[in-house]
Amino acid sequence: MTTASLRLALVGAPNTGKTSLFNSLTGSRQKVANYPGVTVERKSGGFVTPEGRSVTVLDLPGTYSLRGRSPDEEITRDIVLGRFDGEAVPDLVLCVADATNLRLTLRLVLELKRVGRPMMLVLNMIDIARRRGVTIDLERMSQELGLPIVTSVAVRKGGVDELLKRTDEFLARSHEAAASQWTTPTIADLKAAQREADRIIAAAVTLPTKPDTLTNRIDSVVLHPVGGLVILAVILFVMFQAVFTWAQPAMELLSDGFSALGQLIHDVMPEGWGLLQSFLQNGLISGVGSVIVFLPQIIIIFLFILLLEDFGYMARAAFLMDRIMGGAGLHGRAFIPLLSSFACAIPGIMATRVIDNRRDRLTTILIAPLMTCSARIPVYTLIISAFVPATTVWGFVNLQGLVMFGLYAAGITSALTVSAIAKFFLWRDHAPAPFMLELPDYKMPRLKSIAIGVFTRAKMFLYRAGTTILSMMVLIWFLASFPTAPAGAEGPAINYSFAAMIGHALEPLLRPIGFNWQIAVALIPGMAAREVAVAALGTVYSIEGGKEAADQIGQVLAQKWTLATALSLLVWYIFAPQCASTLAVIRRETGGAKWMVVTFIYMLALAYVASFLTFNLAQALGLH
Amino acid sequence: MTGDPNSTQDNLQDIRLGHADRGFVGKIIRLDALVTGSSLSPQELEQRLVEMGFVEGARVEILHEGTIRRDPIAVRVDNITIALRRSEAMAVIVE
Repeated sequence: MTTASLRLALVGAPNTGKTSLFNSLTGSRQKVANYPGVTVERKSGGFVTPEGRSVTVLDLPGTYSLRGRSPDEEITRDIVLGRFDGEAVPDLVLCVADATNLRLTLRLVLELKRVGRPMMLVLNMIDIARRRGVTIDLERMSQELGLPIVTSVAVRKGGVDELLKRTDEFLARSHEAAASQWTTPTIADLKAAQREADRIIAAAVTLPTKPDTLTNRIDSVVLHPVGGLVILAVILFVMFQAVFTWAQPAMELLSDGFSALGQLIHDVMPEGWGLLQSFLQNGLISGVGSVIVFLPQIIIIFLFILLLEDFGYMARAAFLMDRIMGGAGLHGRAFIPLLSSFACAIPGIMATRVIDNRRDRLTTILIAPLMTCSARIPVYTLIISAFVPATTVWGFVNLQGLVMFGLYAAGITSALTVSAIAKFFLWRDHAPAPFMLELPDYKMPRLKSIAIGVFTRAKMFLYRAGTTILSMMVLIWFLASFPTAPAGAEGPAINYSFAAMIGHALEPLLRPIGFNWQIAVALIPGMAAREVAVAALGTVYSIEGGKEAADQIGQVLAQKWTLATALSLLVWYIFAPQCASTLAVIRRETGGAKWMVVTFIYMLALAYVASFLTFNLAQALGLH
Repeated sequence: MTGDPNSTQDNLQDIRLGHADRGFVGKIIRLDALVTGSSLSPQELEQRLVEMGFVEGARVEILHEGTIRRDPIAVRVDNITIALRRSEAMAVIVE
């Protein structure tokens, strides 16, 4: 063997605890990237065996067979078969099976055996199986399968010790890979393999007389046609509360921290370094800071998603919502990504990876940015508090709250409408993709595994903030700062910049929807992140103090704008593709610029038309 | 031959899983994916069903059904639970 580290690949059916096993093998030494050219997540990591062998592990996408019916499953097949360009064939294939549920995995094992790679079967969750009274004759099963078998409890400390030891033993001997005899299985092959798997199970496994009833008991409540939806609504409510309320202190802390850091740089820099100072404070720190502020929300939303996923609830949520969302041409699995989009469209779009049908996934990505993300809240709050009186209507409803609710409802309604239209025009010839998924037994989520998952997501988010978003911010700062104001000039410096020139150039286009050039200028930095528009409006109307002066900005706006303009801007923000990072994520996730351009154009068109109608209708009604 | 799943010539006791009610317990006799409301080709549908454990002789029980038109359904197949739409379950002939 060479000194290069050994390559191990984890293969298994969904819900076998493969990812927990991966987490407990590698800890935080993980790298999440994409396979070249496709949007499938490539999870790799490393560990060192007790005897000091360095091993790299690849967590391959879960699959029921090597047939490769989705991009994920094709990756698994191609890597195992050694025909994936740029990815070496694994030295050892670890096939992970849920010891409580061997039927489907054993058939996969039989199929994998035909590939001829050195292989070991890992019976994961053996503790749960034993507790339920499942006894497995490991020797007999190993004999029948012709494979070494090792048991593991991925979620417990020390639960993978035996696996590590056996990996060492396995690697100490030299293994020749046999020639692959694998061919795409026919239905007859699948049936034969299933019969063989069932025969082996009958020979080696004793099932308990009493099946697990806890999952059934939970399901009879959670999947109740009415009660199930109520429970889902409650879970969503708690999740929203968490995202908007619990995250608040941490977000304020971050926001204050970045302000203080910017101020510190402002104070420390010597006089005459104005340009560099402005770049660091306004371009770099406040720009990247305005995005990093959302980190607490991202962490909370992923914490909820991963907890519910590990518990086994996500598949149930998809089950409950499938028919309801189907009415709008959406797949049941689109539910969670769309939900995440209320925090931020970026994790939402990333979460669409759970949808295996490409058309369903694209529809979900297209409409995710229409969900009212948290970055719109500062803009909505500013305009509503400036223009909508805080009166009570119908006896108990606060008018401001009602408008806010209306904006959320408008986002959801338009998302569903766009989906239905996309289904009708783009994909009319395609019948809906089937909905077929396993409802796994409920399991107690393991905190360590969840923590690693949240950490990985947070790292990805910060990485993006440090690259894509940073470069956008630098560009926008440049546009807003150059050329500098001539000496003795009146008004804020931004009025003399490229941003103002663009604003003036855009004004004729935006006049029909009631926007003046100041709004046009504010929309430009707002491209980086929507809430930046608030600060930009402050700058354009030369109000110092940014966010703290929100009330003051509101007062000025109330004098300078008509109500028609304000309403038009609110409507604009429901639809407008005002978020460069979302567009960047769409480009990355769809593997090309095409769908990014489609999203941008349709949202822009929608925003323009809706604002145009709102403005003119409001004017006709005499709302000044 | 019309596309109506009811019009196939099954034995009287044989029913399609897609027509069965909640609480139904039975055994799979065979798969017949030729006439279903599914968007998948008959071969692809049969393959997927087999992959999810729907094979001859397996015990099936409908545990839960969805809110709208009692769709989709959650089916216990031997010792695993699979959620699927009734249109796909039409391919499973049970007794």
